[in-house]
Amino acid sequence: MEFEPVIGLEVHAQLLTRSKMFCGCSAAYADAPPNTHVCPVCMGAPGVMPVINEEAVRDTVKVALALHCEIPPFSKFDRKNYPYPDLVKGYQISQYDMPMSRHGYLDVAMDGAPFRVGIVRVHLEEDTAKLLHRLPATRGPRAGGAYSLMDINRSGVPLIEIVSAPDIHSPEQARAYAQTLRSVLQYLGVNEGDMEKGSLRCDANISLRPRGTTGLGVKTEVKNMNSFRALQAALAYEIRRQAEVLRSGGTLVQETRGWDEARGETLPQRSKEFAHDYRYFPEPDLPPLEFSPAYVEEVRASLPELADARRARLVAQYGLPEVDAATITASRALADFYEAAVAAAPQGAARDVANRLLSDVGGLLNAQGIEIDQSKLTPGNLAAVVRLLQDGTLNSKTARAVLEETFTTGKDPAAIVKEKGLTRIADPAQLEPVVRTVVASNPKPVADYRTGKTAALEALLGKVMGQTRGQADPDVARELLQKALAE
Amino acid sequence: MELCELTAHEAAATLRARELSSVELTHAYLERIEAVDPLLHAYLTVMRDEALAMARAADARLAAGEAGPLTGIPIALKDVLVTEGVETTAGSRMLKGYIPPYSATVVERLRDAGAVFLGKTNMDEFAMGSSNEYSAFGPVLNPWDTARVPGGSSGGSAAAVAADAATIALGSDTGGSIRQPAALCGVVGLKPTYGRVSRFGLIAFASSLDQIGPLAKDVTDAAILLGAIAGHDPRDSTTVDLPVPDYTASLVPDVKGLRLAVPREYFVPGMQPGMEEMVRSAIGALERMGASVGEVSLPSTPHALATYYIIAPAEASANLARFDGIKYGFSAAAPTMWEAYGKTRAQGFGPEVKRRIMIGTYALSATYYDAYYVKAQKIRTLVKRDFDAVFARYDAVLAPTSPSVAFELGQKTTDPVQMYLSDVCTLPVNIAGLPGISVPCGLLDGLPVGLQIITPAFGEELLVRIAYAYEQSGHYERQRPVLGNKVVSGS
Repeated sequence: MEFEPVIGLEVHAQLLTRSKMFCGCSAAYADAPPNTHVCPVCMGAPGVMPVINEEAVRDTVKVALALHCEIPPFSKFDRKNYPYPDLVKGYQISQYDMPMSRHGYLDVAMDGAPFRVGIVRVHLEEDTAKLLHRLPATRGPRAGGAYSLMDINRSGVPLIEIVSAPDIHSPEQARAYAQTLRSVLQYLGVNEGDMEKGSLRCDANISLRPRGTTGLGVKTEVKNMNSFRALQAALAYEIRRQAEVLRSGGTLVQETRGWDEARGETLPQRSKEFAHDYRYFPEPDLPPLEFSPAYVEEVRASLPELADARRARLVAQYGLPEVDAATITASRALADFYEAAVAAAPQGAARDVANRLLSDVGGLLNAQGIEIDQSKLTPGNLAAVVRLLQDGTLNSKTARAVLEETFTTGKDPAAIVKEKGLTRIADPAQLEPVVRTVVASNPKPVADYRTGKTAALEALLGKVMGQTRGQADPDVARELLQKALAE
Repeated sequence: MELCELTAHEAAATLRARELSSVELTHAYLERIEAVDPLLHAYLTVMRDEALAMARAADARLAAGEAGPLTGIPIALKDVLVTEGVETTAGSRMLKGYIPPYSATVVERLRDAGAVFLGKTNMDEFAMGSSNEYSAFGPVLNPWDTARVPGGSSGGSAAAVAADAATIALGSDTGGSIRQPAALCGVVGLKPTYGRVSRFGLIAFASSLDQIGPLAKDVTDAAILLGAIAGHDPRDSTTVDLPVPDYTASLVPDVKGLRLAVPREYFVPGMQPGMEEMVRSAIGALERMGASVGEVSLPSTPHALATYYIIAPAEASANLARFDGIKYGFSAAAPTMWEAYGKTRAQGFGPEVKRRIMIGTYALSATYYDAYYVKAQKIRTLVKRDFDAVFARYDAVLAPTSPSVAFELGQKTTDPVQMYLSDVCTLPVNIAGLPGISVPCGLLDGLPVGLQIITPAFGEELLVRIAYAYEQSGHYERQRPVLGNKVVSGS
């Protein structure tokens, strides 16, 4: 039997607000020592009360609007009760039956097969503290048993939960959806988008059904996927696993499974006896949220240009091919970089800048697995390389070498050219002796050429380029070669 | 006159006249506490050194002419209010030895006003109880008869004020925990409108019902203390941003033309014989001063008790979840985390707290949420509407504060429902979020009786005015208890 996967994603994104969700502590705890961004409120001391962070509410409305959600005039916070040491109050302030937004969608432009994913809701809650589990120590005061340490810095950091409809039908779609969603969050400037650091987290609900049917099978919730690649791999594994169980006549259990990166499989996390009743009830310490149409419109008007609009503009403004514009605008950082480089490059060089960025720079980024803002390349240096190309100082090959150098060192391209002697040689008087040497020492391709195999010219040209360490102007060199061979 | 018998406003006048220093007054109280508290157990912590330091600072302010009405006045704080650097237990073993890292907003406001903190008063564990017998550290005894309970849960504060072991005190009231002990100890107790006083730093019992308020020797003192603690607090989003009036301006003995309602449902079956007559007689005094009195019905009243015992435990079950033995307070050792959780809570909480956590957890569970919690919220609305309907025609509601005078220790601890019935006259006020005050209106069998006055939300000025008028009517002249164990045989 053929199965169709039915996948819904729950994405948690930490908001980049200055302070935490319900207290004045700084939310920027990433590199801080443990338990330094804390106060009685986010530590859950007896008697404390939460105060809503208005910036976080506004950011949530922004995300909801960017995802085409409705913003109901009233919403409220609820207490979600469960005991665990990472939850300092024994409950999490979250939103249950009246979230801040519902009923949106996100269009995903996946390589020629675009699809739309419904957004069930976007709601606002607080993050939990972090537990660091330690293996048994062999000596010292904790010798003997495993133990856990608590870092409360993360407790109370604003967190939005974005719940998709089960509109996703392949691991590739899941990945594309998650990446597009991250792009939206980054465009809005509300989230860092780092899955490894946990500022963006993704859980997946997945079930299978016979292809062509519309019912829903028994689902599993898959957690602990720390990258887009892991998301895709975990879902692919889970599809295989579920299909095998079903094909062998077994039954699936509804459960939570964790992705084990090292083993490359999902493993059950919680047994059924821990099935939770969160005992939600309205948070009595906070007033309900009320949004006037004027507020919603004011937030809507403040939204920055998002990927779709920017893509269309790059096509219109710079004459970029649609596919290039889509690649560049998929990441706000890349699009910002591109436009800054175009501004610094010579007039009319927008397409050249795009070509260099997508081919050479793109290759370097992929090879190192980093984002543009993590490299040492600056928009000004990319523009400089394009300028050196246009004025004939560099050719395509030397330009790539210079880019690679400035990419890793951040050095000025003009300085690299000077240092490495990479200036293009276009002077026939300088190239003439090289051409003659090549013709004299390569009788085979010379003979081939002369018997009509014109392709042999390229081999000879390659030799000339090689002997000049790529500095020869290929057009001038070709002309000189043809002349020499005609003799 | 004994120094400790002074009301706050009398003491303040004496302090400002420089006839007395705050240090002298504070010393007198510390001595009084030493003398009477072994009998009453009203205090859990006496802040001797802090009190004297605060008194010295107050004397400096008095000398500089920068004193307010509470500068130099010795105050007792219910141990449910967190005090930075001073042990705060909420009457629970769970918090024995807990030293908070911050102070409640009301504590800060009183500190800024120059008040002197005498100590932290005993209470039912986490404010759950009506007799103070549920304190983990032993009950408070009633100064009128130490064989009897002082009421609860602010029994320590009420007993301290009644026994002149504090000029004035703060309590908290979730279902009557200020007014009922005030009635049983023969002092004034005022529960403000929900949202009038900041709850930040009040260890939460039931967040939608809790409110901090004064216990005092007279209405004037209650009005002064309310004025000092009331007002919007950015740290408590449920406080209302309304200006705080000068409540002392309402201390006028004038009720002419006021329409007073007496709800028949508050004279409950099983009420102590003689109680109704005593309360009606007090209401008659106000009528003689020119108020009109009408009999009304608050028909949802019989359901208020059940509603309360759903909502309050539900909220409590979440509020008390943080006590897991990991971050602060009592912690039981066990081989695994879940066992440690279980043991900590089994040993750290007393029986009444466990009972309410279980009731609340049950009421919020997915299966019963609609049947209990949702229904309770609907009845809550009905209770509010009852009051709204009466307040459309009347200015205030008058009723007994408690169905009985102080009962004997152990009389109700074996029957939780009997204990819950002690709050039957007070908890509708919390459910509706209204202000209420209990003023002493006589002695029944030698034990104090309280008259309860209830006004619309944020009607504390009217509340104070009616209470003051009654106090001035001469119907009942406040008496002091003679400390000791009496065999009561009619007055």
